[in-house]
Amino acid sequence: MRKIVLVAALMAATSAAAQTSGGGDTGGGIVRAVKPVTGEQVYGAVCQACHMADAKGASGAGTIPALASNPRLAGAAYPIMIVTGGKGAMPGFSGTLSNAQMAEAVTYIRTHFGNAYAKPVTEADVAKIAKPPAAGGH
Amino acid sequence: MESGVRVPTRRQLLSAIAKVGGTAALYQAMTTLGHAAETQFHGPPNLQGARPGASVIVLGAGLAGMLAAFELTKAGYKVQILEFQNRAGGRNWSLRGGDTYTELGGATQKVGFSAGNYLNPGPWRIPHHHRTLLHYCKQFGVALEPFIQFNHSGWVHSSQAFDGKPVRFNAAAADFEGNIAELLAKSVNAKALDDTVTQEDRDKLLEALKGWGMLDNDYRYAAGLKASNHRGFERPPGGGVNGAPIPSKDLYKLHDVLDPQVWTSMAFFMGHEMQTTMFQPVGGMDMIGKAFAKQVESLITYGAKVSKIAQDDKGVVVSWTDTATGKTADAKADWCVCTIPLGILGQMDLQVTDEMMAAIKAVPYSGQVKIGLEMKRRFWEEDDYIYGGHSFTDQEIALISYPNNNMFKDGPAVLLGAFAREMGAYRLAGMTPEQRIGVALAQGSVLHPKSYRQEFASGASVAWSRVPWTLGCCARWNDDTRKEHYQTLVGMDRRIVLAGEHASYVGCWMEGALLSSIDAITRLHKRALEA
Repeated sequence: MRKIVLVAALMAATSAAAQTSGGGDTGGGIVRAVKPVTGEQVYGAVCQACHMADAKGASGAGTIPALASNPRLAGAAYPIMIVTGGKGAMPGFSGTLSNAQMAEAVTYIRTHFGNAYAKPVTEADVAKIAKPPAAGGH
Repeated sequence: MESGVRVPTRRQLLSAIAKVGGTAALYQAMTTLGHAAETQFHGPPNLQGARPGASVIVLGAGLAGMLAAFELTKAGYKVQILEFQNRAGGRNWSLRGGDTYTELGGATQKVGFSAGNYLNPGPWRIPHHHRTLLHYCKQFGVALEPFIQFNHSGWVHSSQAFDGKPVRFNAAAADFEGNIAELLAKSVNAKALDDTVTQEDRDKLLEALKGWGMLDNDYRYAAGLKASNHRGFERPPGGGVNGAPIPSKDLYKLHDVLDPQVWTSMAFFMGHEMQTTMFQPVGGMDMIGKAFAKQVESLITYGAKVSKIAQDDKGVVVSWTDTATGKTADAKADWCVCTIPLGILGQMDLQVTDEMMAAIKAVPYSGQVKIGLEMKRRFWEEDDYIYGGHSFTDQEIALISYPNNNMFKDGPAVLLGAFAREMGAYRLAGMTPEQRIGVALAQGSVLHPKSYRQEFASGASVAWSRVPWTLGCCARWNDDTRKEHYQTLVGMDRRIVLAGEHASYVGCWMEGALLSSIDAITRLHKRALEA
């Protein structure tokens, strides 16, 4: 079963995930990244870039907030709003990730890292909140 | 010209304009007539006559902040700069052997490169039309050398074409163009375009397709010396007995050259900002930041973490903490030029309008990842005849870029082993520095299978989403945010004005930071004289 999921993910990645460059100084060509599917995969391939592997965030001149043991995750609407629409330096992921991927990620975060909000977030929950991404870069 | 009225030549016209309006007018006119152009830089701002005792506090000692400080000091202002880091330059930055870099999350890398080698984690190339930056490089004595942007011999790799093997850019591009030319010629000859193209233009078009697309007399793109002249030979021309060239025989199939990796790699060089000639500073990109810093060094306070910017009718008060001692202080000035990246600025206590606060918080940042790999020898030059420039891959690393200096030298050299963006960058940024190097070596080995791992000595990576003083690489505007927030963001908020690449339409480039800075201080100066 896991193998089938992985193969399906790779096939999806080969068609849909080819990304050309946005604006600014960029690498050129296209990139075909393997498409993460499960909440754990999406967290590791995307969220972790800023929120860290332990979801504790970090602080320098500014702060990347911790997702671990975060009571603001109790209601699903708030994290869905942030993941789809972004906040401050964090980009919204509508258009980059599918509603299903975002639902998996939010469910994963709300049930791990010291959070225990068991009710799964569905693709439909995300669709209700996500706005379509705006056109044009830079 | 046989008509009664004598029309002046373009040259006569330009020289007349120069006499009347000076060089600025000449420049404008040349732009209108289709010469020069390409940037909004019309020379340094040349501000003068600040009110006696007037003061400005500049937040951030990146290029925008340092340029503001330099020009405002010249105009007569008393200027001080607060900088979070312990060095000037901001994203204009180079990592060298012996440097230590700690990213958010705590991972620390000690860079192990040999003397003279470096990684430019941020900016690394300068378009020839970024005239503001080039102007100040010249003024501040920064030596520039060519950046080999376009190398026809680089590799193009797609996991889904050419059996997953890297192919030379010139061969893939020639076969793309040849195939497209053949198809278009077929359409013309099948009279498919007769409704839209005149007979005269059809003839010209066929001639162009034959020449540009390397077609034979039957308008076919076929193996032969003509095609080889673009894509390379099986045996190139030589001297003596075996001097005759042998054309390359196996052209790539249409199906393969239509893989988007081919045309996007070709189109990359068509973009205005990617066109040659490009430059880099001799010795590392941070030579620019260092040269700017030399002009304003005495004005900079390092290790200053700003937490609050307040203002009233009389002036600005900036609250900051010394990151070394933990001591807090207030700095006062009449005016403030704030270049702090928006993701960080939006987390501060700011006395600005609600609209400005909304604008600051509306712009997300990109999170590119760069990885420098030091190799024990220049195998790309010695084995593959690649001298500078890039190879493209559809793997997460996106490219390999080869050093543009010290060619033909023995000894170690640092190549850029990743310039990841978007999904590729998120994945690499989420890894430990060691894991990133592992991925860079595995993916780079697909392009250089024989030598990549074998010659590897050490590596360093910068994931911009984890850079403590920016929380990202570049501000990412879109059509909606531009419309809703841009004019607010660049407008003066009483005594505060923002500057930086985020306050420009040349986002992600040093040029944008400088143009934004010049525009901001010009308006600030005008406001200060009116006040």
